[in-house]
Order: sequence, then C-alpha cells, then structure tokens
Amino acid sequence: MTGSELKWRIAGGSGDGIDSTSQNFAKALMRAGLDVFTHRHYPSRIRGGHTYVEVRAQPDDVRSRGDGFDFLLSLGDSFARNPDDEAYYGEEELKPLYEHFDDLNEGGVIVYDSGLIDDEAVEEINLYERAEENNWHVYPVDLRGLAREHGREVMRNTAGVGVSAALLGVDTSYFEELMQEVMGGDIAEANIETLNAAYEQAAEFDHTHDLEVPKGDHDSEQALVTGSDGIAYAALDSGCRFISGYPMTPWTDVFTIMSQNLPHFGGIAEQVEDEIAAASLAIGASHTGVKAMSGSSGGGFALMSEPLGLAEMTETPVVLIEAMRAGPSTGMPTKPEQADLEHVLYTSQGDSCRVVFAPGNPQEAYEQTRKAFEYAYDYHIPAIVLYDQKLGGEMRSVPAEFFDREPDSDPGAVLTEDELSEAAHDAAGKFKRYSHDGEDGVVPRSVPGQEGGRFLATGNESQEVGHISEDPDNRKHQMDRRMEKLTSIREDLNAGDDSNQAFHGPADADYGILVWGSQQDTVFEAVDRLNARGSSVKALGVSDMMPYPESEVTAFLESVEECLVVEMNATAQFRGLTQKELGRFGPKMTSLLKYDGEPFEPSEIVEGFEATVEETDLPGGNMELRPAAGD
Amino acid sequence: MTAFSAIHEEHESDKEDFTPGVEPQPTWCPGCGDFAVLKALKGAMPELGRSPEEVMLVTGIGCSGKLSSYFESYGYHSIHGRALPIARASKLANPGLEVVAAGGDGDGYGIGANHFMHTARENHDMTYIVFNNEIFGLTKGQTSPTSPKGHKSKTQPSGSAKDPVRPLTLSLASGASYIARTAATNPRQAQQIIAEAIEHDGFAHIDFLTQCPTWNKDAKEYVPYTDVQEEYDFDKTDRREAADMMYEAETKLYEGEVLTGRFFREENRPSYGQEKRSTGEMPEDPLAERYYDDDDGFERVADHLIERHK
Ligand SMILES: Cc1ncc(C[n+]2csc(CCOP(=O)(O)OP(=O)(O)O)c2C)c(N)n1
Ligand code: SF4
Ligand SMILES: [Mg+2]
Repeated sequence: MTGSELKWRIAGGSGDGIDSTSQNFAKALMRAGLDVFTHRHYPSRIRGGHTYVEVRAQPDDVRSRGDGFDFLLSLGDSFARNPDDEAYYGEEELKPLYEHFDDLNEGGVIVYDSGLIDDEAVEEINLYERAEENNWHVYPVDLRGLAREHGREVMRNTAGVGVSAALLGVDTSYFEELMQEVMGGDIAEANIETLNAAYEQAAEFDHTHDLEVPKGDHDSEQALVTGSDGIAYAALDSGCRFISGYPMTPWTDVFTIMSQNLPHFGGIAEQVEDEIAAASLAIGASHTGVKAMSGSSGGGFALMSEPLGLAEMTETPVVLIEAMRAGPSTGMPTKPEQADLEHVLYTSQGDSCRVVFAPGNPQEAYEQTRKAFEYAYDYHIPAIVLYDQKLGGEMRSVPAEFFDREPDSDPGAVLTEDELSEAAHDAAGKFKRYSHDGEDGVVPRSVPGQEGGRFLATGNESQEVGHISEDPDNRKHQMDRRMEKLTSIREDLNAGDDSNQAFHGPADADYGILVWGSQQDTVFEAVDRLNARGSSVKALGVSDMMPYPESEVTAFLESVEECLVVEMNATAQFRGLTQKELGRFGPKMTSLLKYDGEPFEPSEIVEGFEATVEETDLPGGNMELRPAAGD
Repeated sequence: MTAFSAIHEEHESDKEDFTPGVEPQPTWCPGCGDFAVLKALKGAMPELGRSPEEVMLVTGIGCSGKLSSYFESYGYHSIHGRALPIARASKLANPGLEVVAAGGDGDGYGIGANHFMHTARENHDMTYIVFNNEIFGLTKGQTSPTSPKGHKSKTQPSGSAKDPVRPLTLSLASGASYIARTAATNPRQAQQIIAEAIEHDGFAHIDFLTQCPTWNKDAKEYVPYTDVQEEYDFDKTDRREAADMMYEAETKLYEGEVLTGRFFREENRPSYGQEKRSTGEMPEDPLAERYYDDDDGFERVADHLIERHK
C-alpha cells in the first residue's frame, strides 16, 4: 500500500467540522500534485449524528473511493455528551472510532483524540486486540489538549490534520496556505499554531507504520469540484439566468450554488412554495424568453410531474435536475440510489417526449448539462439531468482549464421581430407557433412582448396558432411532429464527435459491463483490475437515457459473449430499458444490483463479475445477481 | 433598438383589437357570467392604452380558463391551479409585460390555493381575476370551495358539510395589496375595477362573481348588488376596517345580499420586483432582453468561480 495511494478518513460528530477539514485536506494533497477523490457519508441530521469523509489520493486518475481505507483520524463525537445526562448518549462518542474498524485495511493507522476518549473506553471496544489482529498502528493523541493550548477547543480537527501530516509525510505549508486563504486573521493564526504544534508532537513519535503519502505531479493546475458544481456551472455557462426551487436533499446543493451566484451573474433565483410552483415558474420564465431551470429529488420531482407534461405539450424549453436518493417515499434522504430512472423517463400523463441524460462524473455532469440546455432550447423540449447523492456530493480534482469555456447566451429557436413579420400567421394575424411544417419537429417560437408574435400556448391539443383542437388529423400531425424531435435529437447526438457514452477497456474484450450514472467510474476501476489479473473485459457507461443510444449499446452488446449490468436499484431498471429499446440481448445480460444505500466498491464489481462469468459464489454482503428474464 | 417593440410603444387600441379575428367563438353557455369578465377585460385594456402583444394572459383550467382563447394577446392556457406560478415568473422575466392571471374558484381557492397565498404574499405587480361561480363548472357542477354550506351536488349528495372559503379575507391575510369584488351583473363597475387593478403596482386580486346558470341552479344572478363604497362607511386603506367589511360581504353573500366594490388598497407597499431589485437579487433591466441584445456579454464561470476550487 505504500507509495501508490492513500485513503484517509476523518470521522466525528456532525458538528466537528468534518466537511471543511476534509475539504482542506483534499485540496492540500491536490496542490501537492496528487489526484484526489472524496466520499462523504452523513446522516440526515444536523448535529449529534456521526459523520465521516474519506479522501483518496493517487499520483494519477482516481476513479472511485476504492476499497476500504488506510488511515483513520477519529475525533470522537464531541457533541454526543450531554453534560446534564451523560447516560442518555451512552457510547455515542465512541462510534466515530469503533464503527470504522470493519473497513480499515490491514496495516492501517489509527489516530484518535485521547482528550475525549479515555483508556477505559478504548478498553471497552477492544481497540488494541483488534489492532493486533489486523496489524494496525494506533496513535492516541490529546487533540483536545493541543487545540486548547494553542488555539481553541474546536480546532481539534486542525490538530488531527497536523498529526496526520507528520505521520504521512505531508508538507504542512499547503495547510497553512489554505488556512490563510479560507479563514484569515486571528483564526488562521490560531489554527496554524495548533497545526504546527500537533505536527511537531507527532513527528517525535516512534513511527511503526510504513504508510506514507504518494508523490505526484500535475501537468496543469487542478480544481476540486463536485458533480453539483459541474451541473450548476454548466447551467451558468449555458446562459441560464433563472432558477426556481424548493429545498430537498440532495438537490439542494445545486439549488444553493445557483442561488448564491445568480444575482452576481445578473440573474434571478426564487425559492418558492412547493415543487409544482418551482417547475411552473421555470416554465413561465422560459416561455417569456429567459433560459431557466428547476429541479428536485424524487419526492419533489413527483410534484413536478404535471408541469413537466405541460412543457412537453406547450413545447416550452426547460431544464430540470433530478437528484436521486434512496426511495420509495422519504426513503433514506442522504443515501444514494438509482431507482428513479423509470420515474423520470415516464412520469406525467401521455407519451413522454423529453431528453434525459445521466452523467457519470463531474466533467460529464458539466458537459451533459450544457447539452441539456442546448437541446431544450433548440428543440423546445424539457431536458432532464438525472444524477444521485453520490455524484452530487463527491469531490474530484479536475484540470482547472476544463472550465475555460465560452458562455452561451443563444436562446435557441426563437424568431426576431423581423423574421416574425415574414412568418406564417392566420387570417386574424395570430402567429402559427405550432405550424405543421416544423423542421425536425421544431417550429421557431416567438416571445411575449414581440410584435407580430402573439399565439396561445395550451396544455390542450391545439392547432397551428394554439387554439384548442380535437380534430383527428391535426392531432396525428401535432403528435408526430412533437415526437419527431426525439428522432432528430438522436441523430444530432450520433453525429457529434463527443458521445455521452463512455467506453473503457480493451476494445476486443470477451466480456462486457454496462453501467450508468454515478457507478460508472467505479466500474472502470474494476475493469482495470480484472484485466490486470487476466480477465478480458470492457465497460460502457451509458448516459443517454432518452433518446436511447441504440446503435452504441447494440454494437457493444453484439461484441461480447456475456454482459453484467451494474446499477443501484432492486428492479434492474436500466437493464429493463435496454431490453425494451433493443428488443434482444436478454439472455446475455445479468444484473448486479445493490440498494442498501451504499454505492458499489470496485472489489464488489470484481466479485460480481467473477460470480457471473466464472460462476463462483457471490460473497456475503448486500449485492444481488439477477439473470435476465427468459434466460 | 429593443427586441420587444410591443412593450415600449404608445398604443391606441380599441376593444376589437382584443377580439380574435377568425376563431374561436366563445363556447360558454348562454347567460354564463364568464362573458362579462371577457367584456370588462377587453374594455379595460384600451382604456389603459395597452396593446394585445404587451399583454400576457395566463389562465387555469375550467370554463373560466377559456378566457385566454377568447381574448387576443399572448396567452397561456396552463393546467388546473397553476396559472399564478407561471404568470409571476413571466413578470419576473420581463417586467415590461402586462401580466394578468385568471381562473375559477376551484382553480384558485382550491387546487391552486397555496400559489394564491404565496403570490399574494410576494406582491407581484400583476392582476389576478377569479371567476367565482361557487361551483365546478367545467366538470359539471360539483361543489367548489366557495359553494355555500349545505350545497347539494352529485359529489355532495347530502349537502356540503363545509363552511365556504372566505376569498377576500384569505387574500388580505395572505398579503394582496389590492382586493375587490365585482359581479357579472355590474359591467360598468367590473370594467373600472379591472382597470384599477391593472394600474395598481402590486398584487391585485378581483373576486369576480360569475353566475353559472347551467350547474348552479340555485345560484343567484348576483342581483341586486350593493356598492360598498356607496352604502358603507369604512376606510379601505385600513386593514382592520377592510377586514370587517370583507367579513360582512362574505357572510351576506350566502344570505342573498351581494356586496361589491373595493375592499382594500395598500398604496405604498413596494412590489416584489422593487423589493428584489433593492436587495440586488434582480437585474435593473428586464432579464428577457439580455438574450436578444447582441452586445450583452454573458458572465463566464471560469472568470468568477473556479479560483476558489484551486
Ligand atoms: C389536476 C387536475 N385535477 C382535476 C381536473 C379536472 N377539472 C378541470 S376544471 C375543474 C374544476 C373547475 O372548477 P373551477 O376552477 O371553479 O372553474 P369553472 O369551470 O367553474 O370556471 C376540475 C376539477 C384537472 N383538469 N386537473
Ligand atoms: S357550465 Fe356554467 S360556468 Fe361553464 S360555461 Fe356553462 S354557465 Fe358558464
Ligand atoms: Mg367555478
């Protein structure tokens, strides 16, 4: 484990500054030249819940959180103890220590705050016994004492970082620099003093472990971003200047980033009464000529169902974001799952006519959100970006130049007043906004306030200027014209040289793995391992959910003997979609499913693959293998 | 050069400009109160110098929702209960538009009541006309939120056990800054009130009593009516006095007496757009115009937001 990678985990109470500390830790390693990846675990509570964040660092491409971890910085839970009623909280404060034993790799390191967790407690949880069995190296440090002496008690986390740096051989200057940037003033001073005191103390320890931070070097400056950043930044660069929403985990991250930045970008953000209003406002703003978006997570997206259909029928462009979490109903609000695929594809009455992209990492989140805006506004169609709590919250280092893009203020297929004066109108001067003669299904629209552009938009079936019509021929015409957009969009997507589908592995491999959304890069890491140990396997990460990338998936499935389909839900929704769209390959596909709230680890994919292809038994755990119907 | 020349020009228009030239003819039943709303709105617009293409009329679903089909302007016939969120976003996107929302009592006080409350609270500079016929017209006569207690219908065969909604009081409590009630039987007052409501710089709510002779057989024709400005002595700018007057009007309606007129007006309250501009959360110029102005350089994420991630 020495040298090639580091998986560092910080655990504590939800109020112990775990998020900010881990973010700084990841940034420091990134600045030191490493690629980083973070995994955040948190309960759906503000305080008192126990939380952890993992930072994985490698000299090159980190694709997932990996398997297990190597270094535990346990702060204990300082908010667990109620001074008036100690008994009530029981051993809550110890959880950030012993709950991590199962995942800590052999030879790992444990640092815990002995100022909070005493010897008696350590005895109770058999720390040293476990350490001996697993060859762990344990360093008790009085982080609380250090923080009190050199800064303030809340700086226990900083003291922990100082100890980590000393034990792992990280240069503290990166941390000092960050503290100065983020905090400034006296607070930064106190933190830096605490950091260095802790570093010096730990440097004196007798180091029994052989774990150290790997060395790396970047070709260019890096930025540490989440999938939520990718989505929000793409929206801003797409010229989106209106968002309406209602908070719901995990969509709230995108909503917050947009709300904080839109005023500075000359736009408008609205927190409204519910998600029906949220979607309706975005539709109203977009109809009026502004590029607009809304979004939610499962339950809130369910409320958007009727406005979504209205946008399809009135051909109002709009971009909606759906951040999946484990369902049904309130489910597990802070846990990822991929079980809203069918919901997003088909919700709302009538035949669905929408674009759905499911990106696999922050860069794809950016690229595909930009495409969502392009298609929505060029084709007058709702476009949905579907992701989950995992992709939304995990941070990755990305070359900063990735974001060096031009903004797009083009409102899409809109006529100018001059063009309107030449366009088709009815005898009374109403603009034929829904003319039967749209090219690729699209009739360029007018915007309220333009001279010569008035028309009626309606959720009813309508004739060319928008008046309600139940004439069968008109109906057939309008339905076919609207549905034609999906065909045209598919052709556009196929013609582009930047497919949304990501391929990984040797092209001539015998076996395949199909995956979608946030599990994609974990699968890619597993594919590398499998090939390294002699298997012949490749993977296709699919992002286009509607219109479905028929030719790409067909070619992939035709080229393999057998295929594993990896997704985080119980009913194999993506495999079902693939069978429905392609009408064959059923017997070739076996699903590897997981819906316990924890994303796949690369080793689990490896095990799933072996169980399928080599017919070994699936080891214990919460995964399930399910052969396709008809197999 | 503006991209929206219908908005910035002075207009001379007349009623006919707001009447669709070829189709459709209104399909409301003979004697329906909805005709009166259409007529009053068509009368008020030229009085105020508005032209069809600077008006955005958003309607809900119901017999009332058909208003946008029979009125010539930019129209949006939306879904049941959701006219207000669409309309208010339209106003935010382009404050130059004259935004009017309309729908039924079921649409606005039932399925869309949450939006009514919040749109009023935000005090958007727009007009909201509720066709109050005390019944679900389009779906053939079911009890609505304003149907009187005891009202019998196919879905309330033993008579409604519910007290009706008090729409004026609800509006006042929610935060509307102009509140009036008028009736189809009083076309002169109706047109004046609609014109006033449009002129008002804030959320103006009109509860418009529209008889439904088809499904609400025992409905009054809303005659005789009394104008509260003539028969009652109260100060419509005083919240408490307005509240008392509303309570009286709402109660009397179910006793057969129709009290109409202006119930509340708050002059100096800034509209939502003004509030939002003063906190720096809304651009000074209409947002929609940015997209149609070639000189408007859009801000780049790379220039403003990436540094903090490094
Ligand atoms: C979500 C939804 N629920 C129900 C309906 C059916 N529906 C259409 S109009 C209406 C009620 C109409 O009553 P009101 O709003 O008072 O309008 P009116 O017809 O009386 O003008 C109902 C229940 C619908 N269109 N959409
Ligand atoms: S059903 Fe009633 S409300 Fe509807 S058009 Fe006929 S009279 Fe008017
Ligand atoms: Mg009604």
